[in-house]
Amino acid sequence: MPAVEETLDTVRDATQGAYKWGFETDIEMEFAPKGLNESIVRFISAKKGEPEWLLDWRLRAFEAWKGMEEPRWPSVTYPPIDYQDAYYYAAPKEKAKPKSLDEVDPELLKTYAKLGIPLREQAILAGVEGAGQVPAEGGRMPVAVDAVFDSVSVATTYRERLEKDGIIFCPISEAVHKHPELVKRYLGSVVPHTDNFFAALNSAVFTDGSFVYIPKGVRCPMELSTYFRINAKSTGQFERTLIIADEGSTVSYLEGCTAPQRDENQLHAAVVELVALDDASIKYSTVQNWYPGDENGVGGIYNFVTKRAACRGKRSKVSWTQVETGSAITWKYPSCILQGEESVGEFYSVAITNNHQQADTGTKMIHLGKNTRSTIVSKGISAGKGQNTYRGLVRISPKAANARNFTQCDSLLIGDLCGAHTVPYIENRCMSAKTEHEATTSRIAEDQLFYCRQRGLSQEDAVGLIVNGFCREVLKELPMEFAVEAQKLLQISLEGSVG
Amino acid sequence: MNIDLPQGNAAAFLHRYDGLAERLPGASIPTVRALRDAAAETLRAGGLPNRRVEAWRYTDLSPMLRAEFREALTAVDRAVPLPPARVERRAVFVDGRFREDLSSLDGLVAASLAEVIATVAGRLNTVASASQPMVTLNTLLFEDGLVLEVPEGVDAGRLELLSVASGETASTVHPRHLVRLGRGARLVLVETALSSSGARHLHNPVFEIEVAQDAKLTHVRVQREAANAYHLAHLGVRVEEGGTYDGFVLNAGGRISRSETHLALLGPRAAAHLNGAQLVADGQLADTTTALDHTAPNCASRQTVKTVLAGRSRGVFQGKILVRREAQKTDGYQMNQALLLSEEAEIDSKPQLEIYADDVKCSHGATAGALDADSLFYLRARGIPADVARSILVRAFLQEAVEVVEDEPAREALEEAVAGWWDQHGKAA
Repeated sequence: MPAVEETLDTVRDATQGAYKWGFETDIEMEFAPKGLNESIVRFISAKKGEPEWLLDWRLRAFEAWKGMEEPRWPSVTYPPIDYQDAYYYAAPKEKAKPKSLDEVDPELLKTYAKLGIPLREQAILAGVEGAGQVPAEGGRMPVAVDAVFDSVSVATTYRERLEKDGIIFCPISEAVHKHPELVKRYLGSVVPHTDNFFAALNSAVFTDGSFVYIPKGVRCPMELSTYFRINAKSTGQFERTLIIADEGSTVSYLEGCTAPQRDENQLHAAVVELVALDDASIKYSTVQNWYPGDENGVGGIYNFVTKRAACRGKRSKVSWTQVETGSAITWKYPSCILQGEESVGEFYSVAITNNHQQADTGTKMIHLGKNTRSTIVSKGISAGKGQNTYRGLVRISPKAANARNFTQCDSLLIGDLCGAHTVPYIENRCMSAKTEHEATTSRIAEDQLFYCRQRGLSQEDAVGLIVNGFCREVLKELPMEFAVEAQKLLQISLEGSVG
Repeated sequence: MNIDLPQGNAAAFLHRYDGLAERLPGASIPTVRALRDAAAETLRAGGLPNRRVEAWRYTDLSPMLRAEFREALTAVDRAVPLPPARVERRAVFVDGRFREDLSSLDGLVAASLAEVIATVAGRLNTVASASQPMVTLNTLLFEDGLVLEVPEGVDAGRLELLSVASGETASTVHPRHLVRLGRGARLVLVETALSSSGARHLHNPVFEIEVAQDAKLTHVRVQREAANAYHLAHLGVRVEEGGTYDGFVLNAGGRISRSETHLALLGPRAAAHLNGAQLVADGQLADTTTALDHTAPNCASRQTVKTVLAGRSRGVFQGKILVRREAQKTDGYQMNQALLLSEEAEIDSKPQLEIYADDVKCSHGATAGALDADSLFYLRARGIPADVARSILVRAFLQEAVEVVEDEPAREALEEAVAGWWDQHGKAA
């Protein structure tokens, strides 16, 4: 299976050292002036040729944001962010469509190559005419990719193939024009524009992101994927993803991200909204590998993300899987609102903090419907001077008869300068519901290490092996290519933390 | 729900202080006066906590703050019916004042705070933190309390501490108890809080407890106050090297009851047990909040808290375990379980681990749910009537919590309270 091999190769290449995605692509960019004000919001909206209602919505969000305060409750510390000292719009300059790979801006190509995107997809992403017509390679369905470069979606692959099944997979800016009824109906319906400080900011200035609609009864034939890349200096990235799985449909969606290595902190404030109707199922996997800053804690991405799923339909299901290895600071709580009867929410997470990284992450499971079920498995690994917090909420409303929750949070500490924290909130207002929560904190056992070392493994490999075992329950939820990448990433992220 | 109480929500207490300041014990002692004035300032500026304050997000004090309490200093010589003595010695407080005529403290180094305040003024707010709202309120208005000293190497046996609210009108009492165990000393302190009249009252006791090296304090609190009482207790505890604080709190009365323990393990091999049970009937809220601070290596902490909820009631458990960098080889375990007997009951639980040391073993668990249908069926299938089967299962659930108390008279006091509660509230649920 060439696609897999290629991915394995690129992963192998990419994993020979520390942060390999820290390069910067020198490409002609178009910026809006620095700062955040109403005219920037209007500028972004105009740039996208947005309809009046969306501009109004953005302006309402901006108005609300001005009156909001940055959340201070997470266990993370960082200097105040100057929201006026960043670009809110940066996009690669558009040129005429290239005829072949040779004509593509070599810088852009280099970027894709370094990111480990297979050649054919590189061609498609670069917008080469005629690329992407052949759907399958080696009998295996490829992965459809939407690449988001700073503020804009640069390309989306395999769209024709997907359109055959009636699946819409395109940049959200395009969906606003082509499918306004869907966007208008669902945008902000899960994460309202006033939801929280960063969601409001995103609603005001979001520039692009992916839009997915899976029609009734359709099982999406391939994995859908969005690749996020922050490239330009002093920019914030604010993308917005909206996925709607109509009745009886199924989709698996992957998200990856990287950023150049810089000594400044950059802000990433995304919003992801998922809607699952009756019998629909959405699997959302993230391998988050934003630049984490150097070993002294200089630079790195502030990853302040709002992700929420509405299981509106009966028997609908949403599964979040996340591997968080990057970012200087991670603040995200992918959540499920379990509204439909018998709906299911799942959250599988591995969060790793090394050097000076800080992560405050977890989930919320809000049980509203009868017979709703949720599972939370969180694995936190702290090394170096990293601080790792699991923060979660399980709320069972009085009407959620027979609801069921199981939560497991395990923390692993490597070294005596890091911290691991667990802050679960469990609110049960329904007699017939059952909630179970367990959490443990420990370090790598000496006897496990000894056993591995005795069999000739180096200290670092032994730790890698044990850490992978510790995370196995979560990693096995990832699609195969991602699982391989994630395992490697875990090992790289821990480099220098042992021995 | 009244979330946004004005900052002036402590106005009634401050007004009371303004009227009493000159007559409260220690009024002429500058350090005491300074503490009280600082407390007044804190309350004036920030008020008592509302639900926006993280530590109070589940316990809404506004019903208490809306209630009216009388303003005069508490009376001291009313005759009150007392339950029979459980152990040979007891210290009796009626409406917050020490009653020497009803107490027997043979052989103990114990006194009324009001009488000895000059000698212990320097110890006030050294174990309990003035930054805690219930300590602040107590500091403002405390009138009396038990000052108890167990000298080095002495096994002082058992002491019962009985607090009775007997007032005919709504009253507030804020006793401050100072308990100190010297090196290697031992004491079993069994505390019972009761209401003998039906009048509304606020009981706001603060304990400052010091357990010296290798000493052991067993501290069992049985709170069975009236259904219209407010019980807001704060326990500050410090345990030195090799010492043990073995605590159990039963919350079984009061419209709003909260027992908050802040315990620090200060030396190697110190140990803490913060067990408890909450029995919450219709119209009540019971809250067990604990903060355990591991500051030294090789310490152990154990915590099991069980909550049974009947009628329209609410149970709260907040348990934080902090393990500092120096506290290597910490062994921490915490479990909280809730049993919901009614469709209108709610349990909110927030176990919390904050860990900065790597060579530790810490875990917590939390469960909530109804009586297990399989267990009920098992008993019914053997011919046991439904209500008896329920009673067996609920009491077995609570027995697991209570049986960890080793001291027999203390455990009996708990078992009696559990049985009494079940007869009164549980059967109907």
